[in-house]
Amino acid sequence: MKILVPVKQVAALDDEFEMRDDGRDVDEDFFETDLNEFDHYSVEEALLIKEAAGDEPEVVVVTIGNEDTDDALRTALAKGADRGIRVWDDALENADSVTVAKVLAKVVEKEKPDMVFTGAQSADFSSAVTGMALAGILGWPHAAVVNKLDYKPGADRATLHRELEGGLEEIMTVRCPAVLSIQLGINEPRYASLRGIKQAQQKQVDELSLDDLGLDEGSVAPASNVRRMYVPEKGQAELIEGTPAEQAARLAEIIKELRG
Amino acid sequence: MANLIVIAEQRDGALRETTLEAIAGLKSIKQDGDELAVAIVAGDPQAHVQALSVEGVDEVIAVKASDDFQPDQLEAVIAALGQERKPRVIAAAHGVDAWSYIPAAAVKLDSGLATDVMKLALDGDDLVATRAGYAEKVLVDLDFPGKDTVLLTIRGGTFEPAGGSGSPKVTEMNAPETDVATTHEGWQPPADSGGIDIPGSEFIMSIGRGVADEANVEQFLELAESMGATLGCSRPIADNGWLPKARQVGQSGQLAASCKLYVAMGISGSVQHQWGMKHVENIVAVNTDPEASIFSIARYGIVGDMFEIAEELENHF
Repeated sequence: MKILVPVKQVAALDDEFEMRDDGRDVDEDFFETDLNEFDHYSVEEALLIKEAAGDEPEVVVVTIGNEDTDDALRTALAKGADRGIRVWDDALENADSVTVAKVLAKVVEKEKPDMVFTGAQSADFSSAVTGMALAGILGWPHAAVVNKLDYKPGADRATLHRELEGGLEEIMTVRCPAVLSIQLGINEPRYASLRGIKQAQQKQVDELSLDDLGLDEGSVAPASNVRRMYVPEKGQAELIEGTPAEQAARLAEIIKELRG
Repeated sequence: MANLIVIAEQRDGALRETTLEAIAGLKSIKQDGDELAVAIVAGDPQAHVQALSVEGVDEVIAVKASDDFQPDQLEAVIAALGQERKPRVIAAAHGVDAWSYIPAAAVKLDSGLATDVMKLALDGDDLVATRAGYAEKVLVDLDFPGKDTVLLTIRGGTFEPAGGSGSPKVTEMNAPETDVATTHEGWQPPADSGGIDIPGSEFIMSIGRGVADEANVEQFLELAESMGATLGCSRPIADNGWLPKARQVGQSGQLAASCKLYVAMGISGSVQHQWGMKHVENIVAVNTDPEASIFSIARYGIVGDMFEIAEELENHF
């Protein structure tokens, strides 16, 4: 039994960032990288299922990225995932979510997991594509934005809640194996213990190339092309200056005037 | 031939209003000679034809299926429409349902794909879709070389919903036979609000991650009460259980529908939070980070510490 959890190392920007010379991305010197927030929840959900079933199934985390993205894998391994896989090839430099899904589909074929959990979206680009595109390629059952899950390893159906707009939830069953995208709040992700962080260094991480997965450059063409990236013109708030006391006094005036 | 197609969305038999925004999105690139079709997959699709007969819609494609949300069925409909009609664009509203079926439909069609699109344009023959990146700090213009069909999801609140009236032709389409892997089992309505009325409140003060600790929440409850405000919050505060879900403003929480004054304290302003409040005429943002995106939609901004401001505010009420 196995649950595969694709994770992403996301980038936040320094306050004073600059564009790359070709104008199609931000200069990576201005990246602050971290494991995607949503992935803390998908990893946790897999670990909870594993623990509830008595240390079964195996939890395997996988990421598509260069060696810098080992940090994201090690973070997931330190929480308790059993094994990691990192896929990289320079041809993936401009990979979009659909390309990543194509690569992940090959990893699924190789690993033959019983379930795949992804984050509902990434904190940097918020495309909400990778998991459900992966399901489409595999032809697997799927559900997005899952905020409650009842699944026992080996079961042929899972019961879940989809978190809809306005606080409404839909209760749904889905045939397994399935690809589920996991929403924030489904659980309380654990922090890695010092022991876990130490152990993570010893855990196996397989490094795979496109070739290892039977893919070539032509088979990982993206579904979109970045023409340019730029800083939007933003609306500008009228700033209230002064000491905190002066700022609060002006805010109080505004409140009294506007609350009627 | 319709070359622009919107996938209408219904939930439990009720048409979703965001469908009209997706129609408006495609109308923004509709040229002379283009036809815009709207496909509705529902238990009684004819019941929705009237509501979809808005200006600019040339055809309503009625697909009789279940009212249940079945991503497999929607993907099969899109695959059939894609193959039979070779549309330039197929679009849906960027919402929780579309997240489930649009990416899967795109890979099955081998189409172009862009989600959460806030602007569309034509550059000669090229379709250019604009979306945000790096947590809204940049915009990205995307095009789709070599793709005859492009699938899009349209961000809510960016296009004025299509209105007026039209007289589209109505075409019936058989639902493709589909192996549906999901079963609708029921609904769980939002938790009892306990009398908290975010949608009905005219004055809301909300707190976000900046509050840092559960022990700090109480003082904001007290301050809100003394000011005559309803205390709201962003998602992490409700997820942590520090305030009830009924106080959460945003996409998976409440829409501040009646609000005239919204004071956001320690809230960075994620897209999901903005969904619930960016329409408010008077937004005041208090945040230590001058780059926080909340300042780009606020009327007034205070770059400062929410606790210092709150303590000083107490002296005025």
